[in-house]
Amino acid sequence: MDTSLTLLLLLAPFIGFLFNVFFGKSIGKSASGIIGTLTVAVSFAASVYFFMQINQTQQPIQIQLFDWIQISNFKVDFGFLLDQLSILWLLFVTGIGSLIHMYSISYMHDDENMHKYFAYLNLFIFFMITLVIGSNLLVLFIGWEGVGLCSYLLIGFWHKNQEFNDAAKKAFIMNRIGDLGLLIGIFIIGSLFSTLDYATLKTAIAGATDLNMYWISAAAFALFIGACGKSAQIPLYTWLPDAMAGPTPVSALIHAATMVTAGIFMITRLNFVFDLAPDVQNIIAIVGAVTSLVAATIALVQTDIKKVLAYSTVSQLGLMFLALGLGAYEVAVFHVITHAFFKACLFLGSGSVIHALHGEQDMRKMGGLKKVMTITFVTFLISSLAISGIPPFSGFFSKDEILMVAFEHNKILWFIASLASLMTAFYMFRLLYLTFFNDFRGTAEQKSHLHESPALITFPLIVLAILAALGGLISLPSNSWLNEYLSPLFTKVATEEHHFGTSEYMLMLIAVIGGLVGIGIAYSKYIKQNLVPEEDAKIGGFAKVLYNKYYVDEIYDSIFVKSINGLSKFFRDNVETTLSTLVFGLGKVTYEIGFQGKKLQNGSIGRYLFVFVLGICAIITYLFLAQ
Amino acid sequence: MNNILNEIGIENYIFLSVILFSIGVFGVLYRRNAIIVFMSIEIMLNAVNLLFVAFSTYHQDAQGQIFVFFSMAVAAAEVAVGLAILVSIFRNLGSIDINNLKNLKG
Repeated sequence: MDTSLTLLLLLAPFIGFLFNVFFGKSIGKSASGIIGTLTVAVSFAASVYFFMQINQTQQPIQIQLFDWIQISNFKVDFGFLLDQLSILWLLFVTGIGSLIHMYSISYMHDDENMHKYFAYLNLFIFFMITLVIGSNLLVLFIGWEGVGLCSYLLIGFWHKNQEFNDAAKKAFIMNRIGDLGLLIGIFIIGSLFSTLDYATLKTAIAGATDLNMYWISAAAFALFIGACGKSAQIPLYTWLPDAMAGPTPVSALIHAATMVTAGIFMITRLNFVFDLAPDVQNIIAIVGAVTSLVAATIALVQTDIKKVLAYSTVSQLGLMFLALGLGAYEVAVFHVITHAFFKACLFLGSGSVIHALHGEQDMRKMGGLKKVMTITFVTFLISSLAISGIPPFSGFFSKDEILMVAFEHNKILWFIASLASLMTAFYMFRLLYLTFFNDFRGTAEQKSHLHESPALITFPLIVLAILAALGGLISLPSNSWLNEYLSPLFTKVATEEHHFGTSEYMLMLIAVIGGLVGIGIAYSKYIKQNLVPEEDAKIGGFAKVLYNKYYVDEIYDSIFVKSINGLSKFFRDNVETTLSTLVFGLGKVTYEIGFQGKKLQNGSIGRYLFVFVLGICAIITYLFLAQ
Repeated sequence: MNNILNEIGIENYIFLSVILFSIGVFGVLYRRNAIIVFMSIEIMLNAVNLLFVAFSTYHQDAQGQIFVFFSMAVAAAEVAVGLAILVSIFRNLGSIDINNLKNLKG
């Protein structure tokens, strides 16, 4: 029962994918979209069933399909593990996934390749489920690579635009760098413990007495590099903002809510490994904090509505990594969930806006949409409040917990994270004010076409907004359902309940005030003074550095791309010529030998006979002499 | 025992055989007419046969003579095949000059 249901859960999106690939074009756009949505909804239903079951029994479900690899004492099964963590992930992957599929039916309706879009999206869900429910690191790796592939395909979905193709390639290559780290980590773990299975690994680590700490730290660090690539952390974050080239629902699903959280999932999954490597944990925390601050500063001045959200995603992921690095896995998971709700809602909201403006993404050409797009505005407002950490919306609780954990461990990290949160509030409300308030700044023609999006678009927005508003309920500071739910996963009980004293309330107050200050600055700049960001050419000073994303792309370009190009050129001009001379030389020698040799076969029987007689004479002479 | 070798001597047989064989070799090497080449080969063969028979008598051993019978039978068969090939070459090329037989040239 469990096995077949798990297979249904896993394969439903895959069937949707196959169906859309082979019949998608012939059955029409809406039908292909509906099938895509339904298959994911089936997975969601199965996930809900498993969720109910595990809530009752507390027992993880282990399913072993077949032995996959067996080399002496190293064994990898193809199996699934449905425990608290993976079911939680399944719930929001398939749940938000089906909402976004539904949204896409309307959003992508004008696209001629809609069936292809849904095929890719279904394939993505399939791989994401594989990643989440795999019972060992190798199955996770399949999913990991699969979602990377789908991300590539969907970023470059509008492949007639070369810039989009470049963005897709960039995402793929950056992810490959991270994947190499993940792979090395898997190798180290495999060679240390002769197993990749989570459960076996956990018992092996718990029971081991003489662990090689050096190699475990190396494994943890390599795995962290993998997580950096997938979850867009410094130094591998630059692909995520460019990934906004894809259709907006894709940005919402893959590049905000689900795929980019795979790194956090993996680290949480292997928390028992990371717990053994405090140095790596420190690195994770620092990288997370710095990423959140850097991305937030870049988001301050971006003018593309999706770019702002992209950098905001990077920043929020940084906060999650901060929590992971501090060993507060359940807090990171909590933020992943709330972030999935409000960021998906924000992206879908921005999609709704872009849809209404026929593809316009520049906030300088928006404004005043509040009156026309009421539902989009309200949902966007709720999500913005949530991400800014204003109570009682979900983001407040999760962000507050991260800040609290940071405060307990390290005041500097807390300060950085708080600063990033303040900036988050500012740039989110800057976005909100520029988009929905004041007067419309676009063309008159655009203005006449302004409209609220159809129900297929607004319904997911409403659902997600409700979740973004109420999501905090799953982990209230005093009575956390989530921490209890996840507690079987973690070896050490990290959730010694925050004894609520004045300092905690002070921290909360500071966080809220920080958020309000950010909103206030945005209000005074963009509502009171009615400012609009300047044209690209006029941006100067530090804002220009920020606007150009600290020139990180250019720096990477000059350090890595140029040097690799130079190396390639060197090899092409020197090494390759030498090698080819050598190889062609061999060929030439052989040819020459053959050319000379063929003269022997001149067809003159007289010559043959002469040689023949000469040969006999030689043999006879030899025989005589030999005696 | 009344042996023919007593009157003439084995050396003379050997010399004759060598001369015949050399004639054959030079015939093969220098003549261009395929039939003459063929005849030269037969001369070589018979030179060897002669030597065989001579030694057979010298050693008082009949084996060599029996061998020569076989050899002559094979030679007859070989001639039949060889001539047939020559006829077909002549029909195809209109000549039996071995310098014209260069289709095997590499």
